[in-house]
Amino acid sequence: MDMPEPDLGVIARKARIVARMRAALPVDAVIDAPEELRVYECDALTAYRCPPLAAVLPRTTAEVSAVLRIACEEGVPVVPRGSGTSLAGGAMPTADSVILGVARMNAVLETDYDNRFIRVQSGRTNLSVSGAVEAEGFFYAPDPSSQLACAIAGNIAMNSGGAHCLKYGVTTNNLLGVTLVKMDGTVLTLGGPWGEPAGLDLLGVVCGSEGQLGVVTEAWLRILPKPEGARPVLVGFDSNEVAGACVSDIIKAGILPVAIEFMDRPCIRATEAFAKAGYPDCEALLIIEVEGSEAEIAEQLTRIRQIALAHDPVEFREAADEDQAKRIWLGRKSAFGAMGQLGDYMCLDGTIPVSSLPHVLKRIGEMSVQFGLDVGNVFHAGDGNMHPLILFDANKPGDLEKCEAFGAEILKLCVEVGGCLTGEHGVGIEKRDLMSVQFDAADMEAQMRVKDVFDPKWLLNPAKVFPLGVSETRRAG
Amino acid sequence: MRPTTEADLAEAIAAATAPLLVRGGGTRTIGQAVGDVLETGGLTGVALYEPGALTLVVRAGTPVAEVERVLAADRQRLAFEVPDLRGLLGREGVSTIGGVVAANASGPRRVQVGAARDALLGVRFVDGSGTVIKNGGRVMKNVTGYDLVKLLAGSRGTLGVLTEVSFKVQALPEAEATLVIGGLGDEAGLAALRRALGSPFDISGAARHSGQSLIRVEGMAGSVAYRLDRLRALVGGDVKVAEAAVSAALWRDVRDVALFHDKPGEVWRIVTLSTAAAEIAGRLAGEALWDCGGGLIWLRLDHGRGAEVAAAVAGRGHATRVRGDGGPVFPPEAPEVALLAAGLRAKFDPRGILNAGLMG
Ligand SMILES: Cc1cc2nc3c(=O)[nH]c(=O)nc-3n(C[C@H](O)[C@H](O)[C@H](O)COP(=O)(O)OP(=O)(O)OC[C@H]3O[C@@H](n4cnc5c(N)ncnc54)[C@H](O)[C@@H]3O)c2cc1C
Repeated sequence: MDMPEPDLGVIARKARIVARMRAALPVDAVIDAPEELRVYECDALTAYRCPPLAAVLPRTTAEVSAVLRIACEEGVPVVPRGSGTSLAGGAMPTADSVILGVARMNAVLETDYDNRFIRVQSGRTNLSVSGAVEAEGFFYAPDPSSQLACAIAGNIAMNSGGAHCLKYGVTTNNLLGVTLVKMDGTVLTLGGPWGEPAGLDLLGVVCGSEGQLGVVTEAWLRILPKPEGARPVLVGFDSNEVAGACVSDIIKAGILPVAIEFMDRPCIRATEAFAKAGYPDCEALLIIEVEGSEAEIAEQLTRIRQIALAHDPVEFREAADEDQAKRIWLGRKSAFGAMGQLGDYMCLDGTIPVSSLPHVLKRIGEMSVQFGLDVGNVFHAGDGNMHPLILFDANKPGDLEKCEAFGAEILKLCVEVGGCLTGEHGVGIEKRDLMSVQFDAADMEAQMRVKDVFDPKWLLNPAKVFPLGVSETRRAG
Repeated sequence: MRPTTEADLAEAIAAATAPLLVRGGGTRTIGQAVGDVLETGGLTGVALYEPGALTLVVRAGTPVAEVERVLAADRQRLAFEVPDLRGLLGREGVSTIGGVVAANASGPRRVQVGAARDALLGVRFVDGSGTVIKNGGRVMKNVTGYDLVKLLAGSRGTLGVLTEVSFKVQALPEAEATLVIGGLGDEAGLAALRRALGSPFDISGAARHSGQSLIRVEGMAGSVAYRLDRLRALVGGDVKVAEAAVSAALWRDVRDVALFHDKPGEVWRIVTLSTAAAEIAGRLAGEALWDCGGGLIWLRLDHGRGAEVAAAVAGRGHATRVRGDGGPVFPPEAPEVALLAAGLRAKFDPRGILNAGLMG
């Protein structure tokens, strides 16, 4: 994985750049001691690391604007950072860049239950947004598994999803407006508590732009009333095809579960060994969760049972109480941890049309043999967002490269069957060089034009998303 | 010009020497653009329909009615309820699916499932220099590269001409019913909508007009009955229930703003906060239809009251004049936002030939 050569001129001017930022911000907001910068050398894609030139931790939009203005004048690249949980290297710095972290900006600015929105500073963690409205019976719907740690800033930048997005949508469907600071320091408002934009949907393109168009400092988010209750069922099958067909039938029947999660045999075995959730030892397993009152839950589960039984499952397990419900989710929630017990792993997140599921799983199995690396699949089946976890040994020379090559083949397969490289984690540096598998030159050119408008000097998180060769002339200019 | 393939459309745009007026069916165009008419109605057909994956890919010139027919055959629909504005705007013609996307046209179910842009998975379009561009795709979760899908939705042909659009579709519910609440003033009637929307009962429509507040629920039969009961207790007032086809007709009228068909005057579409909605409509003293729990006001006024509308809405949303002559149609944007929008138009349409001047 290549990163651009750092600008030695910028590195040489470090003292002056840091001094200017110190003069503009409170003393504790600028960090430049090498040992303190360690924290910022990577995000959750830990295989790649590089300490930044400096890190700044502003507390207000005005401070963010001041930092960006200075960086813009000095020609210093800026890498925005929320909580650093990106799995794509989105928040990884380069040696000539300044990390702009919003972690200290975590206040709730306004809650309005009548109009059903909350306005927060962007460094606030995802879970604590729901926490702020919970007492009134509301929640913020997008729920990435990392929700305890990840920030709304990162969620907006990556357009993050979660287990419940089958019903509630992803970040972009729940985002009403933002305060955005452009690289030149200009502060602007896109959208607002009323949601719908007045002109072009600029908010729509900012969401998911991976910190390349501006720094989000505040956000208006849609909050929803909490459902009366929720309950999962577990269904085991002895073939992936049949499990896939069952998912299709449920969707077609017009039942709208909040989640349909899928685990394959390697993943089931690993989680059983680790979490002992009592899952059946079968080829494929679905966890389907429905919401509503007791009676509504029963109505939906009756229908789901009818559909599932028609596919001759090896097991259909309903949760009789809260404790059993927790056990059904236990294995799924420990899946990443369980795979982690088996070795280092790389987590992919390509999306495929649900109909291609059996074919793709079969091909991944074949490739696993070919590459000599084990892989477990756990994913959001309702929307085709896969999470193959490839196991490798980081200490074994060549294993990481082999794993990356395997990963790339899986992602190419996702595109080939009509899907995409990433369903929720983002491109970052991880999938940057695969962008041309999914997009033609003209498609990428159109996207880069948007960055040209927001950040003409290409200083904001410039080495991400687009293959370096494709963005080279822009980054140089 | 009425090309029948994407390649011909691209060629027509590349070869254009004068401004082009991009038109689907012309049934929902607002604002004034001038130029040679470029029609998309020749680009028709369903490219892919997978009911089991809730996915539909269709060419932009396909009539909305055709899309709805194809989906209905498999008991599915576009979740965002495409408004038919012909009656309101006094138009004839065949509404196209590309026009729906270009206008981000969305009906009452917006409170539950979002707008057209939220159901839109992918686009193909031709930019102002005649280049074919694709973005998004046909899968439900996709964060690969920038989301130009959202940018194109609602761009009214000013960034590019859509040639193909993909949607996440929705299964038809087993049942629907509407609570019709009378006996409340506008302020209380809108508050009732807010109470419903703040409840866990998954409202799929919340509107008010002609002295009645309407609250819709859809889903499995037992669930609909249960929620109606709970909502009835929650909202108060003098409540009746409309079911099935009767309920559907009520919402078709809300969706198409039937209240203002055959009535004179300007019609404004005001996006605001529900809690400001009764006051705004009251201050302007027009005839109002509130949708989206009050967050959307369709307001019928005498001609020439644009300045008053802008003043009443200022800081609390924005207003678009969808019917009537004279004065600006679209609301002004903050200067720094307008600058970005202009910058994007200049990039996607460097010669400024696509619906020039339509949106600003
Ligand atoms: C165990 C684990 C589970 C996960 N599960 C999920 C999941 O279920 N669903 C999912 O979608 N993701 C998941 N993720 C990925 C990750 O948590 C999300 O991408 C998350 O949104 C990142 O948020 P963050 O605050 O940590 O952002 P960071 O990692 O700090 O940054 C992510 C990106 O956002 C940009 N950015 C940060 N702040 C700003 C800002 N203020 N303005 C503009 N750009 C900014 C950064 O430059 C970077 O490109 C998971 C990660 C882990 C480690």
